Amino acid sequence: MNTEDYEEIHVSIHDIEKSFDEREVLKGLNLQISQGEFVAVVGKSGCGKSTLLRIIAGLEDFNQGSVELNRNPLSGLNKKARMMFQDGRLLPWKRVIDNVCLGLGMASRQKAIQTLEQVGLKERIHDYPSKLSGGQKQRVALARALVHDPSLLLLDEPLGALDALTRLEMQDLIESLWKNRNFTAILVTHDVEEAVAISDRVVLMDNGKISLNQPIHLSRPRQRTDPVFSMYTEEILAHITNRKSKNNYSMVLNQDPESLLNTINN
Amino acid sequence: MNWRTKGPAEQILPWFIPFLVLAGWQYLSWTGAIPERILPAPTQIVEAAIELTASGELYDHMSISLGRALAGFLIGGILGFLLGLFNGVFRFADLFFDTSIQMLRNIPHLALIPLVILWFGIGETSKIFLVALGVLFPVYINTYHGIKSVDKNLIEMGKAYGLKGKELFFHVILPGAMSSILVGIRFSLGVMWLTLIVAETISAQTGIGYMAMNAREFMQMDVIVLSIVIYALFGKLSDVIARCFEGKLLKWNN
Repeated sequence: MNTEDYEEIHVSIHDIEKSFDEREVLKGLNLQISQGEFVAVVGKSGCGKSTLLRIIAGLEDFNQGSVELNRNPLSGLNKKARMMFQDGRLLPWKRVIDNVCLGLGMASRQKAIQTLEQVGLKERIHDYPSKLSGGQKQRVALARALVHDPSLLLLDEPLGALDALTRLEMQDLIESLWKNRNFTAILVTHDVEEAVAISDRVVLMDNGKISLNQPIHLSRPRQRTDPVFSMYTEEILAHITNRKSKNNYSMVLNQDPESLLNTINN
Repeated sequence: MNWRTKGPAEQILPWFIPFLVLAGWQYLSWTGAIPERILPAPTQIVEAAIELTASGELYDHMSISLGRALAGFLIGGILGFLLGLFNGVFRFADLFFDTSIQMLRNIPHLALIPLVILWFGIGETSKIFLVALGVLFPVYINTYHGIKSVDKNLIEMGKAYGLKGKELFFHVILPGAMSSILVGIRFSLGVMWLTLIVAETISAQTGIGYMAMNAREFMQMDVIVLSIVIYALFGKLSDVIARCFEGKLLKWNN
């Protein structure tokens, strides 16, 4: 898959407000995402991170503000984006291959098979979803999203229900597909370690706003055993729990990447 | 649903009790413990079946009953299915029709027999009308409920992946409602036979029910029991066919 197959996309979110009945979920949220970036959104449950993702997908409307894709305001479904849901949402009455081909003609069958090969499920294409494990189902869901060549991939806690080992495997798979295909990705997760491991930037949501914007200056592939890796996780966790981190790393971590490397090496 | 892979013991075992009952019944008839006037022996029933088949009488009655059942089932089933479909999918149709249908549903359709005889006489129309009426409601309720209870998340997913209108209906909504629709169909098959038996017994000049009532006048116990056995076989047969459809349409579900 070539990079030029993908349209450039820049997502720009201005002063989004959203309330369900009386409850305000998003209170004037701003977020810029550039082409090819992998952004992870973390936050306590109920902080509105999934709502934000659904607004970007065009599945949810909002009360105030604007969402722009390449300076064009989004209205209705976001056709450039494909969403991966936490519960997979495969159609149980369709075989794997037909789930992946959903919404596409027979002509894209070959492409669907290729995509399934990329997620490592080529030999299961004629099975029904009920025969697959949780991780395999999410692989199918990933292939179903990617076969549309979205320039923006939205991931709504897709690994939340998986066991720890499968989750690591899936993180690697998503990262490598992102590197090869050069799409822009937004991952909503409650797992800070996952966010640090996979994203270019971790965004923390609190009280309907972005309360922390933390670029991750770690080279890929990332080692979880790296001390700087745990500095990042600790720093973000400290913000989530509103606890003062024992060691205040924010000064260190927010240096430019080169001086950060120097600090680490000394 | 793995009946193909059942071993011989598993295939024979379910028939053990029916066979035992039949053998016991035959034995008790031979010894005279069951008087012929109360219940004829199985062999006598088989003899009656052979005799009536040879005269062509049995075939005529059976095909007439089957025709009535099928016609009523198709009319009522298709109407119930379409109504359930429209009311499940379109909000306007739901508001417009559902309350009225729910009110009509509460009238036992067999209570309408006197009225139906006055309207349509005792000809074919009255029987087909009653069967159709009986079949309509179970199919309606289950289709309506099936469509209403399709997972909203799957519908949202379908829309997010670009499906709408006809595509959304055939790929997501209808398959999602299918198991409930089939429950309705299986249930309505039972109602179909029940209605037909009652209608044919009360007012008819042909059909299995008429054959039984006619035999009663001449005290032909064997023919009466034969009619009951035929109804049972018909019922079993339609259930097997319905199950077969279920296995085919819901094969993703096992």
